[in-house]
Amino acid sequence: MSTVTEPAAYTPSAESLSAVLARGDKPGRPGALAASIAFGWRAMLKIKHVPEQLFDVTAFPIIMTLMFTYLFGGALAGSTREYLQFFLPGIMVTSVVMITMYTGVGLNTDIEKGVFDRFRTLPVWRPAALVGMIFGDVLRYILAAATIMVVGLILGFRPAGGLMGVLAGIALLVVFSFAFSWIWTMFGLFLRSEKSVMGVSMLVLFPLTFLSNVFVEPSTMPGWLQAFVEVNPISHLVTAIRSIMAGSWDMGAVMWTLIASAALVAVFGTLTMRLYNRK
Amino acid sequence: MTTPAIETAGLVKTFGDNRAVDGVDLSVPAGTVYGLLGPNGAGKTTVVRMLATLLRPDGGSARVFGHDVIHQADAVRSRVSLTGQYASVDEDLTGTENLVLLARLLGHSKSQARERAARLLEAFGLTDAADRQVKKYSGGMRRRIDIGASILNTPDLLFLDEPTTGLDPRSRNQVWDIVRLVVAHGTTVLLTTQYLDEADRLAGRIAVIDHGTVIAEGTPGELKASIGAGTVHVRLRDPDQRPAAERVLAEELGTAVQLDPDPVALTARAEAAGSERGAAEHAARVLGRLAEAGIVVDDFSLGQPSLDEVFLALTDRPAVAVEEAVA
Repeated sequence: MSTVTEPAAYTPSAESLSAVLARGDKPGRPGALAASIAFGWRAMLKIKHVPEQLFDVTAFPIIMTLMFTYLFGGALAGSTREYLQFFLPGIMVTSVVMITMYTGVGLNTDIEKGVFDRFRTLPVWRPAALVGMIFGDVLRYILAAATIMVVGLILGFRPAGGLMGVLAGIALLVVFSFAFSWIWTMFGLFLRSEKSVMGVSMLVLFPLTFLSNVFVEPSTMPGWLQAFVEVNPISHLVTAIRSIMAGSWDMGAVMWTLIASAALVAVFGTLTMRLYNRK
Repeated sequence: MTTPAIETAGLVKTFGDNRAVDGVDLSVPAGTVYGLLGPNGAGKTTVVRMLATLLRPDGGSARVFGHDVIHQADAVRSRVSLTGQYASVDEDLTGTENLVLLARLLGHSKSQARERAARLLEAFGLTDAADRQVKKYSGGMRRRIDIGASILNTPDLLFLDEPTTGLDPRSRNQVWDIVRLVVAHGTTVLLTTQYLDEADRLAGRIAVIDHGTVIAEGTPGELKASIGAGTVHVRLRDPDQRPAAERVLAEELGTAVQLDPDPVALTARAEAAGSERGAAEHAARVLGRLAEAGIVVDDFSLGQPSLDEVFLALTDRPAVAVEEAVA
């Protein structure tokens, strides 16, 4: 990488420094939302400068969708088109929930750099730096969900809930994923290396997404597994989103998802902030 | 009396078994440059991180402009800025983006933030690099954008943690000039450094820190006087005269004479402590005796005591670099 060479020797000048150091009225400190949005803007800028990072929220979901649709479709539902009506909301949840782990990986690499020292010495609402970061990730979640939906529609997914159903389903998924991300911010601060964050994330995400109702109806599973699938939050989320996209809202599952989201933020948000303040 | 910028009493920080900071008392008057001098691992950075509210002290108290660093952390944060050892800016972002982001976080409107960023970049000679990512900056430019980011809020207290480590001489001079201008504007600076030379040039007072404790404190002049040693460097014209010159130095200075790899060079310490004469007086007598003995001297200098010599004088052991444990 080439470094920028300095055109002419720089000499600090008293006048220009005086101008910036003049003690004018300091502006009031920004509110929690304004600070979070400023940090969200930072996340957008990072995407702007390194657009390759969007690869994992576009290519990965497409591969997941195609792979499982053609792998299982014929065997499980008679045809891929049939299977897709059941499977698409599920693979959308799986892909987006898997992508949430990059929040932790990203935070872990970010925090090792000096810039967080500066953020933490600013008199702003403490969680703003992390909330802003997750705002940036939310954009990635929306992008991944939209990508899968487009692939699904091309392959023949026909949601009975129409456009509103699709949008509401994606919205619920994004709310849940925002809340779920706080688990990874906790691990991102807690674990030493990027690799270990990745490892722990996989360990949690694989059973959580596969041992659910994403791929098959749980009725064929052994009893003990059904018991797990029943309590698995991913199953509730998938049930809720399936019902919304089908136009027949399962209010129980929707409520369950919203309460679970609130609980995730309350528990893991608090733990994350404890670690963040102690770091 | 006005409130000191920094006041600590018995400040302690431990990392496991390691007492990184072990009872530090400091009092830094507002409007001055205060130097924390010590080798790697002495605890300088840990002290700074506690004062900047990044680390929680395990014992003792620390106040910044009268505000407790634990219980009034936000009040402290609104008065201070930190330039860490590593660039405290986002390397993926451009110079402008970094400064606009900080200005927004400090409550400036979008237009104010842009204007302030542009003026800072200009003041730091970075206008041409404004739209380049910071990771493409040279070391000196990176340090300048870092300091620029730190004075964006016109802090009352600026922490500079080893601001010139790894910089070339020209960039180091630029940083020194900036520090002087910042202080002239009423900002107090707490500077950590491994270089006595740097502390001497910038700081009004210096605390020498080792193994987490302050082992000496005073003005640069007081410290040097208390050490009272300098290094005499002699370069002869004729390498054959070196043995004779060695005898003269040994007799006059009474310290071990070191024969340098260069066959015409010799080095020895001139000690003032325990002697009626100052180090410079000893050096002058050495020069006189060499001339008397007919030894041709091409170059002669009395160097300032180095950090190593300060440490030798204060602790009877050299400044050993240990890996600093910073969480």
